[in-house]
Amino acid sequence: MSNRILTISAAMSEAIAQEMRADPSVFVMGEDIGAYGGIFGATTGLLDEFGAERIRDTPISETAFIGASVGAAMSGMRPIAELMFVDFFGVCMDAIYNLAAKNTYFSGGACPVPMVLMMAGGGGYSDGAQHSQTLYATFAHMPGLKVVTPSNAHDAKGMMIAAIRDDNPVVFMFHKGLQGLGWMASVEGAATKVPEEAYTLPFGEVAVRRTGADVSIVALGLMVHRAIEAAEILQKEGIDAEIIDLRTLVPLDRDGVFRSVKKTGRMVVVDEDYTSYGVTAEVIASVVERDISVLKAAPKRVAYPDIPIPYARPMEQMALPNAVNIAEAARAAFTSKG
Amino acid sequence: MKPSKENLLWMYEAMVQARHYEETMARAYMEGKSPKFDIGSGPVPGEMHLAAGQEPCAAGVCAHLRPTDTVTATHRPHHAAIAKGVDLNRMTAEIFGKATGLGGGRGGHMHLFDPDVHFSCSGIIGESCGPAVGAALAAQMQKRDDVAVAYLGDGAANQGAFHEALNLAAIWNLPVIFVVEDNSYGISVPKSASTAIAHNSDRAGAYGMAGEYVADNDVLGVFAAAGKAVKRAREGKGPSLIEVETYRYFGHFQGDPELYRPKGEVEALKAKDPIARLREHILKEGAHDEAALDAALATAHDAVDAAFAFARQSPDAAPKDALSAVFV
Ligand SMILES: Cc1ncc(C[n+]2csc(CCOP(=O)(O)OP(=O)(O)O)c2C)c(N)n1
Repeated sequence: MSNRILTISAAMSEAIAQEMRADPSVFVMGEDIGAYGGIFGATTGLLDEFGAERIRDTPISETAFIGASVGAAMSGMRPIAELMFVDFFGVCMDAIYNLAAKNTYFSGGACPVPMVLMMAGGGGYSDGAQHSQTLYATFAHMPGLKVVTPSNAHDAKGMMIAAIRDDNPVVFMFHKGLQGLGWMASVEGAATKVPEEAYTLPFGEVAVRRTGADVSIVALGLMVHRAIEAAEILQKEGIDAEIIDLRTLVPLDRDGVFRSVKKTGRMVVVDEDYTSYGVTAEVIASVVERDISVLKAAPKRVAYPDIPIPYARPMEQMALPNAVNIAEAARAAFTSKG
Repeated sequence: MKPSKENLLWMYEAMVQARHYEETMARAYMEGKSPKFDIGSGPVPGEMHLAAGQEPCAAGVCAHLRPTDTVTATHRPHHAAIAKGVDLNRMTAEIFGKATGLGGGRGGHMHLFDPDVHFSCSGIIGESCGPAVGAALAAQMQKRDDVAVAYLGDGAANQGAFHEALNLAAIWNLPVIFVVEDNSYGISVPKSASTAIAHNSDRAGAYGMAGEYVADNDVLGVFAAAGKAVKRAREGKGPSLIEVETYRYFGHFQGDPELYRPKGEVEALKAKDPIARLREHILKEGAHDEAALDAALATAHDAVDAAFAFARQSPDAAPKDALSAVFV
């Protein structure tokens, strides 16, 4: 196996290029995905190889081009549409929620919609409340969409290829703070060894990032890396945390989460998305409704408070989940009797 | 419509103030971002979209407005905010993330709100249109002769929100003016690749409203077109669409490598800078002399420098303040 290290953005563009070479029905459209190479680097270099017909810059008309992706997908193509920042979903949600997500069902399975919708999420760099959200739960809540959120480059490549080959609409949510861009701080652990050849990763399987005996910390995206930092803090205190990376929200590997919590007896769920009605509640519910007796303490959640994301650094940093408050939650779970 | 002497001086001052603001901001933004550029570091983090070069769109339109008129702006809002009279100190403090900012540091550069002069903006493309229509509707229902102006870019004119807003404004005969700043690009995509017609102002006819294209980034042309549009709106004769050919000197955002832009383009544009042209015009007309213009420039620069000093000296937003002001 190759030892080369790729960033997530490079892994994504490599995955797309390999699938485009193999399958002429794969193409990309979106804003600034051509000459610019995608604001978050997911289509870097692709215009040169594939040309403007298959690497298609669009006007700022998300309703039209995401709707058009649905139509093209139902007509023999495999479009990848980029909605730059997830925060922009509002202007085109109908095409996502009411077309992409529902047409397969409406047609009794006769009209699948094999498209990928990729979008960047995440804050922490003071871009304000319209450019910093993650909104994972918003997309995962609506039946008909698969939702994937890789936390490293190896997963990003395998999940992107799987997404392109999938006959369902797949929402590929990547975190800006993991992309390895030249102009934004990136978590080091996100750039990993990535095989040269094309490969797929199955959806609906958690990855155990760290094994531990005392508490399960369940996270996704950037928060996986924050949880790993928290585990290091906890280790010094003699608390042995297991880290579960959800990797896909739909399908959700409820068995994988349950297995870990059954082993440790305690759970903390971490999410950068808003707290209420979110991923944290869903993950906790999937354990407690199966067998609450596996828990030795009340489950804890660490997520974004229910406020729009503030611009100023001190406020935003206070609100974002970090290693310190994840560790605090794990400690509380560890010491409480539940 | 020709500007009066007072109009000329006011536009000159608004334009030099906006220009000095953007140039000062460009420097402040780079603080703490070297040796390695990181968008999240320094006293002004996050994205920064500057409007240097686009001052005629702000000054030529806002010269006709009063504090009770509404302006909704875009992700590139500073020049419009300045021309509309937004509190310069509090706006700058907001962009520095300070407690004394317009929103106490919650909004940031793309989300400036000053209710005293009826100014707001949004970072979502095309979303300036609806709120301006709403402000115009309120004025009409409350029988005030105030008007509303929505700023948007040429790229934004391909959004559904723009077309729906135009139709609504026309069928309800609302006192609203849509001002499209045609700076030839939507980030990296040239207008020619995103828009099948040369001038968005031609689209006005499809909705039943007046449309006008102002060429050459000419503030006098903007003043004339906006004068007619504002008069029409105040007299209850309905909405207008103005597209202004304008230029942005900086990248889409600070840090943009601008690989999509032909070499030398900006230098060529700067050679016909709208501020220098206005100054020349004022002197040629004999409306004001060098001394008066220099004094206006000094006043404008002082106000900007004072605003930056105010922002820097202000206390940071407190972490716990993040949790207030959601429901008030
Ligand atoms: C709905 C939405 N889509 C995309 C973006 C990303 N975006 C920010 S600015 C911009 C280009 C805007 O171009 P234009 O309207 O011409 O304004 P300019 O930047 O040239 O002033 C884009 C695509 C956004 N903020 N909102």
